[in-house]
Amino acid sequence: MKDGVNGVALGVFIFFFLAVTVVGFLAARWRKADNEHSLDEWGLGGRSFGTWITWFLLGGDLYTAYTFVAVPAAIYAAGAAGFFAVPYTILVYPLIFTFLPRLWSVSHKHGYVTTSDFVRGRFGSKGLSLAVAITGILATMPYIALQLVGIQAVLDVMGVGGGDNTNWFVKDLPLLIAFGVLAAYTYSSGLRAPALIAFVKDTLIYIVIAVAIIYIPIKLGGFDEIFKAAGDKYTAAGAGGLVPPEAGQWTYATLALGSALALFMYPHSITATLSSRSREVIRRNTTILPLYSLMLGLLALLGFMAIAAGVKVTNGQLAIPQLFENMFPDWFAGVAFAAIGIGALVPAAIMSIAAANLFTRNIYKDFIKPDATPQQETKVSKLVSLLVKVGALVFVLTMDKTVAINFQLLGGIWILQTFPALVGGLFTRWFHRWALLAGWAVGMLYGTIAAYGVASPTQKHFGGSAKEIPGIGEIGYIGFTAFTLNVVVTVVLTFALRAFKAPDGVDETSAEDYTADAGDPGVEVELPVAAH
Amino acid sequence: MSDVPEVKPPVVTPVRVVIALCLLAPFVAMLWVGSYAKADPAFIGIPFFYWYQMAWVLISTALTMVAYQLWRRDQRARASAATRTSTKGAPASAEGAEASAEGSAGA
Repeated sequence: MKDGVNGVALGVFIFFFLAVTVVGFLAARWRKADNEHSLDEWGLGGRSFGTWITWFLLGGDLYTAYTFVAVPAAIYAAGAAGFFAVPYTILVYPLIFTFLPRLWSVSHKHGYVTTSDFVRGRFGSKGLSLAVAITGILATMPYIALQLVGIQAVLDVMGVGGGDNTNWFVKDLPLLIAFGVLAAYTYSSGLRAPALIAFVKDTLIYIVIAVAIIYIPIKLGGFDEIFKAAGDKYTAAGAGGLVPPEAGQWTYATLALGSALALFMYPHSITATLSSRSREVIRRNTTILPLYSLMLGLLALLGFMAIAAGVKVTNGQLAIPQLFENMFPDWFAGVAFAAIGIGALVPAAIMSIAAANLFTRNIYKDFIKPDATPQQETKVSKLVSLLVKVGALVFVLTMDKTVAINFQLLGGIWILQTFPALVGGLFTRWFHRWALLAGWAVGMLYGTIAAYGVASPTQKHFGGSAKEIPGIGEIGYIGFTAFTLNVVVTVVLTFALRAFKAPDGVDETSAEDYTADAGDPGVEVELPVAAH
Repeated sequence: MSDVPEVKPPVVTPVRVVIALCLLAPFVAMLWVGSYAKADPAFIGIPFFYWYQMAWVLISTALTMVAYQLWRRDQRARASAATRTSTKGAPASAEGAEASAEGSAGA
């Protein structure tokens, strides 16, 4: 690491940061509707986004700063195993092609803002809806915290993160400023702010990746040299490799599939989806979103380049920022850092909005104040979005970084357990609400205990996300094993409960609701209020 | 779709099978890790394992696009079938409603 502050890079970084701050505040006036005090306006951008905005928003939302830092970091440390992110994102799109349009339709028809809204409406069960809401909030919080970790990595490499002996306040000041600004414009502009900033973020990211993938290999003597150096390093270290070994293939496949199933259970993905204007927008998006997967694949290769370039860091998260600093001229390194930094702001904003919507709709309105007006809902949501961000900040500043990473790992396992209720519910009403709740509980419990028991060379608990699958003997993704258990329990109990004629909840949806599109009777293009 | 207007078109049709296959193919290809866990043949120095999976990003995108186009055509066909049906007094199906909306959204 070069000593001191990298002035040029920092200047460029600050320039872009100021630019998006202005954009973020101006966003409040963009496509403004008359009824700005509804949750649909603040929390879903008026449900008005077309194909391209949705594309940028989803891309900005799913491919976070943490992704940019963590995926190449995994490759840097372990090689092939870290590349599962690519098949994972390939599998996501056929999946969402199948079920998201149905969720969009039923949500539009009934004014649902969150997945829990749908689950409550479909199964007539506040308990199940609460379980889904709490899982969503729990899974999102550490994810927001990790965005901060992404910003910290960039600040560290630029030399403004401070050393270990710097006063904590000076050390964390840049992070505090960045998050203060983020919180302010999310509060005032809602989902419109990240939607607009996503344009800037993705443009920067694409430029940086395009340059990096051509410029760095030329400087390092081509891909042959890069992979040779990487292969040598894994052999010397006795860990990882360029191709997954036979024993690692189950892990690779279950991680890819489990993560793909989980991605669109996250509240922030759903928020970005529901903000689109029609169900066509979603289907059309599944054909253009894979461009991001391609970018992710190229980005992952940067992990090998970091090895070939001789980047040596103890904290793998710093590998990519450090590679940029070593290889690029200062000003372009600044652009790259800005891309990662802004890449953290967009998802953090959407995640905090999504978590706030969950709290407002499914905890505040369902359990605390059932007669809340749309104005009150919006106000509560805005405040909670602030609280969520402060919580994430405290989390990162007071606890060890590994805690956030452990929780994010757990969050992925947890959120997957809401899949049977949500996606199952979109296609069939056969599952019994109590069976779904029991399946969820079993999945959560197994996943948590199993993850706790995984040790790694550096950690006694939460050392990884893979463990032996009971009964098969192969090593697989814990989340996927828990999900399988969850489904089995749900199906068996549904048979039992149906046999005993246990009371079924009231289903407020009808078959046509799942295929309705904007313009159909009862589906207004812009909902006047967050009516329920 | 159907020759008998009063009968709803069957749920499973050859077109829909093709759509399902297009959406399923990436799962088979990507989850069968053993089929591509090797280093050769390399492409411009990138081991097979990596370029093959990145090639699948493009292949799966193409397959999803095919599925999308087929689906829209299927829906439009059903919509016109449903309109014909409803003029004869039978209720329009839900799919018909969706298809007409999708048709107008695409126009």
